[in-house]
Amino acid sequence: MSNLYKTKKGKKVRVVDIECSDFVRRKIMDMGIVKGTILEIVSIAPFGDPINLLVRGYHLTLRRKEAEKIIVEDYELEGAY
Amino acid sequence: MGINIGLVGNPNSGKTTMFNSLTGSNQYVGNWPGVTIEKKTGKLKGHNDITVTDLPGIYSLSPNSMEEIITRNFLLEDDIDVIINIVDATNLERNLYLTTQILEMDKPVVIALNFLDVLEKRNIKINIDELSKLIGCPVILTSALKSEGLEKLCKITIEVAKKPRNSISLPYTFQTIKALEKIKSLANITNQYYAVRLLDQDEIITKKYKLENNQELKDIIHKYERENDTDSQSAIVEERYRIIEMIVKATVDAKKAKLSTTEKIDKVLINRWLAIPIFLGIMFLVYYISIVSVGELTVQGMEYFFDVIIGENVRSFLLNANVAEWMISLIVDGIIAGVGGVLTFVPQMIILFLFLSLLEDTGYMARVAFIMDSIFRKFGLSGKSFIPMLIGTGCSVPGIMAARTIEDERDRALTIILTPFIPCGAKLPIFALFVGVFFGPLASVSMYLLGIVVVIIAGVILKHTKYFGGERSSFVLELPEYHLPSIKGTLSSVWDRSKAFIIKAGTIIFIASVIIWILQSFSWNMHMVANHEESILASIGKFIAPIFAPLGFGNWEATVAILTSFAAKENVVSTFEILSTGVSLNTYVSTLFTPLSGYAFMAFILLAPPCFASLSTMKKELPSVKLTLFAIGFQFTVAYIIALLIFQGGKLYNQSSALPTILISLIIIVFMALIIKHKVKNRGCSGCYQSNCKHRKE
Repeated sequence: MSNLYKTKKGKKVRVVDIECSDFVRRKIMDMGIVKGTILEIVSIAPFGDPINLLVRGYHLTLRRKEAEKIIVEDYELEGAY
Repeated sequence: MGINIGLVGNPNSGKTTMFNSLTGSNQYVGNWPGVTIEKKTGKLKGHNDITVTDLPGIYSLSPNSMEEIITRNFLLEDDIDVIINIVDATNLERNLYLTTQILEMDKPVVIALNFLDVLEKRNIKINIDELSKLIGCPVILTSALKSEGLEKLCKITIEVAKKPRNSISLPYTFQTIKALEKIKSLANITNQYYAVRLLDQDEIITKKYKLENNQELKDIIHKYERENDTDSQSAIVEERYRIIEMIVKATVDAKKAKLSTTEKIDKVLINRWLAIPIFLGIMFLVYYISIVSVGELTVQGMEYFFDVIIGENVRSFLLNANVAEWMISLIVDGIIAGVGGVLTFVPQMIILFLFLSLLEDTGYMARVAFIMDSIFRKFGLSGKSFIPMLIGTGCSVPGIMAARTIEDERDRALTIILTPFIPCGAKLPIFALFVGVFFGPLASVSMYLLGIVVVIIAGVILKHTKYFGGERSSFVLELPEYHLPSIKGTLSSVWDRSKAFIIKAGTIIFIASVIIWILQSFSWNMHMVANHEESILASIGKFIAPIFAPLGFGNWEATVAILTSFAAKENVVSTFEILSTGVSLNTYVSTLFTPLSGYAFMAFILLAPPCFASLSTMKKELPSVKLTLFAIGFQFTVAYIIALLIFQGGKLYNQSSALPTILISLIIIVFMALIIKHKVKNRGCSGCYQSNCKHRKE
């Protein structure tokens, strides 16, 4: 397990937990990131922050601070089932 | 019997285009009570008894933002007969999230599945009948851009509106259904939406039913959370998305789908290395075209039109008609000179607004926020603060309103206070005037730089105060698909913005021109004066002028220009235009100012509190009157200090050629010193979310 910020560009991961503060967490969940959602980092802004994610077929940005609190696991490895 | 239709949908779902297509030009724009969020209503084309209300674009009905709260109150409490939910068919999963919430309200709903054209282009197939069956309401395929499917949408909506409908139950899990049943009997309600909100621990709704301290509700929620092994909010959102995934799986066939071009474009436009050079290039082009090349041509043309064609002809016509001389003076020197002086800049403004609208409508503006976020954060602002400031180069009013996308109240307030420091379109004529008299075009550019430098420094300083300090905001922002803007949509938004400017010229500036003419033509005993020095205006100006003496422009003419600039910044030009009877405007200005005091005057006008229209917008958008007063005081102080530094500093150097450069570097040095001093003083932390921080906020 790792956090979203450490994930490499182009690698698919699955959300395990969202540890952001309440307000941000609610907003992130409303935008479609919940436990079990598959995410992929598409690009990173100049200076390494924020990041551009592919979520449910659309593009969403998060800052490093928020991405670090989204705990993810490798998706491709478990893709067997 | 009339029908009220509410138009609800995600941002970027084509809602505004849909509203325009449904209502045509039959629209009324107002505000929601108590807030400045725009409320657009209109009559459905061909049906005078059917009203359509365009609600703000939102992602959910959770109380995350003002827009979301307004929408849900309107849908629940006002007499809306039917809801049209616009869903972006190319982004079904996220769009249906809002739909699942709307469906739980006991109102008839029709889904307009929009972007039919894009769907076909990308070869995605959606089984409409199955979708309609699964979510329990009519689904109509539409393309608002090409006006396809709208007739059918209207017909079905009218039919559905007449039939009452109970809220639908989503296929929740057994535990959720049981918990909701218990809550319904506890609160004595049947409405599924309210029951879900109570389970969700929504503070506003819980208060509404006076259940804040109800132990039974707490027990139900606790039991539910134990069963799901997570908090109730997460459990419900997760379930919604589980249900949506199921619906999408059963109805969407994207096996042969082509990739959207958005990712390809983004590979270049928001590329880590190319993004900033490309952005700077685009900005340079926009300002070069609208202000320097094409812009200047239009300004010259308009000047000729007002001075020669209109002014001279009206004067000779009135002379021939034997009109009294004072009347001719009022009309030609007062009204035509004053209003014309401002209208001269309308074409330039229209070109600028056109570019800004294009950047917004194509989806590039959101990318700009993305690119600039980390830079802006260094100054205590967010990438989202950049959009208000960019729009603020056109006009501060829409700029200030664009700050709404910033969720955090204090960060939003900070952006609102700083946005007027960016030179708006109305200040351009003033710079153009002084540049023409004293400097080369570089001086105009230096005003933009000065504005940006002041925003940065003021941002850093305010961020170190207790009120604005700390980092709270997030950057959860959708990067919408790129799409070609519709000509109609872009033109109408350009017209909306330019209209405000033209109306201002016709009303405020018209009145101000007449008043200035009267005040400068008469003395206190109501005799017409031959010399402006003896006029009422001069005596008022002379009374206040000493305040500005240390800044280099302590003459009454400049003081009067500053006073009139609060009605509208362009008034500076029209005031000088009216006062300059007998000599050309340029000669007149060169007698009032030296290059140094002229530059200080430009800086003061740039940074001083904005016009009344912007101030009243600021008052509405800021959380308190106290903060508004603080903002005005802050802006005035900054303007005064900077102008003082420029004039007194410049006098020391007394070197008019390299002035702007020297002065700006001087300002930067002084403020840097201030910041460093401030930083040392405010080392302490006011609490953050870091887990290892001892002041941690929960």
